Amino acid sequence: MILRFLIAVCIGFMPVALVAQDDEGSLLDLLGEEEPTQEFAKAGFKTTRIINGHSFEMNSHGVLDFKISHRFGRLNGGAYELFGLDQANIRIGLDYGLTDWLNIGVGRTNVNKTYDGFVKLKFLRQQKGKKNIPISMLLVSDMAINSLDVPDPPTGEYLFTNRLSYTHQLIIGRKFSESFSLQAMPTLVHRNLVPTPDIENDVFVIGAGGRQKITKRLAVNAEYYYVLPDQLEPRFKNSLSVGFDIETGGHVFQLHLTNSRGMVENQFLTETTGVWGDGDIHFGFNVSRVFTVHRPKKKHD
Amino acid sequence: MKYISTLTLLLIVCMTGWSQSTYYTKAGYVKFFSSTPVENIEAENQKLTVVLDTEKGKLEFAALMKSFEFEKPLMEEHFNENYVESNTYPKATFKGQIKDYTSIDKSSGDVTVVGTMKMHGVEKEITAKGTLKETASGQYQLDSKFMINPEDYDIEIPNTVRDNIAENVEVTVKATLDPLKK
Repeated sequence: MILRFLIAVCIGFMPVALVAQDDEGSLLDLLGEEEPTQEFAKAGFKTTRIINGHSFEMNSHGVLDFKISHRFGRLNGGAYELFGLDQANIRIGLDYGLTDWLNIGVGRTNVNKTYDGFVKLKFLRQQKGKKNIPISMLLVSDMAINSLDVPDPPTGEYLFTNRLSYTHQLIIGRKFSESFSLQAMPTLVHRNLVPTPDIENDVFVIGAGGRQKITKRLAVNAEYYYVLPDQLEPRFKNSLSVGFDIETGGHVFQLHLTNSRGMVENQFLTETTGVWGDGDIHFGFNVSRVFTVHRPKKKHD
Repeated sequence: MKYISTLTLLLIVCMTGWSQSTYYTKAGYVKFFSSTPVENIEAENQKLTVVLDTEKGKLEFAALMKSFEFEKPLMEEHFNENYVESNTYPKATFKGQIKDYTSIDKSSGDVTVVGTMKMHGVEKEITAKGTLKETASGQYQLDSKFMINPEDYDIEIPNTVRDNIAENVEVTVKATLDPLKK
């Protein structure tokens, strides 16, 4: 009995031996299981902005991103205004990747002659492998300086600090699949100066944004910011934007429709006046062109 | 006694499957280089797996597409996302036979390998020339350079970047193989 059993076991092993000898067998199988590699989620969005606001993507270390953005006038301006094309607001900006997880940027827009600067920190990266982290988390801090002239003659005391606004944003995002990404953005905007004492200096906003790829190089993006009630004057609305990302090698073209005129955080979050239903919709675009200005030394593990 | 000897014989038959002269590395080097008047694109991968059966002259490669490193981060992103689609097709493999293996010139080490390259889900027969030499320390040194055409592997190149990517991409392979101990 025992011998029969042993023979049976041995025959059981035969096919393994035969496969190993088989001409069609793979030599690579001899090396056994591969060790899992740690893999970071990449390219959840085509660029570092969804439309107006930041996405969870960063510029890589050493990459300079030159951004030109336009928002035209309102579509309901009609043919006389060529549906808004007669007016344009612009922002020109430069973003730079100090490291893969720390970006800085500066910009200037004609809306209130504003200069802005930001720091963006990705402190948690979505990854899988030995360690699994399902989401990415980032902090974006932005400062805007309104540089409009003081009226002549001045109507009151004008302090430099009155020109400043700050936005602090937490981004929690996930690339769910090759084509679908989603993020939530709890945000705090602080305006140093507001028109009347009963208007809040601090405004809490909750944002959501996402993208769905249609083809490899074309995606649909949408972004919505909900201002928590009773913080802004009724004439200010929530910002809603939808658009396309078109990628062509080193450029990303973003074409969109939005009810916001401003392109700096405090402007589109707290100073949006357009109502989608009334046709107060601005056509706009962002063009992003990246340059690799510094090549970090490659790491090999 | 008879049973025991039968058993021993069977065991020996079982074992022979593993007693091959196999050499391997998991740290081989593979580079591809695309040269056009517009730009040169180069990517290196230091984690090429190579296995060689010195008895039969069989050779196999495997490379993870995501392990290719480019000089520009955006190129790497587009390579994985738009061209080779690494999430769907994570690996490129080659399975080949050294031609006239029994009669290769050991001093020059010149070899021609014929086999199947699988990349981006497409299999294609290729022939590559190179050298294979046994070193004094009992390793095998493999070097090869050959051309591949991305379009043979259904890798789409849009017209806007047609001038940036060469029709024929040069692939360089370098690997030092150690004996596989079981």
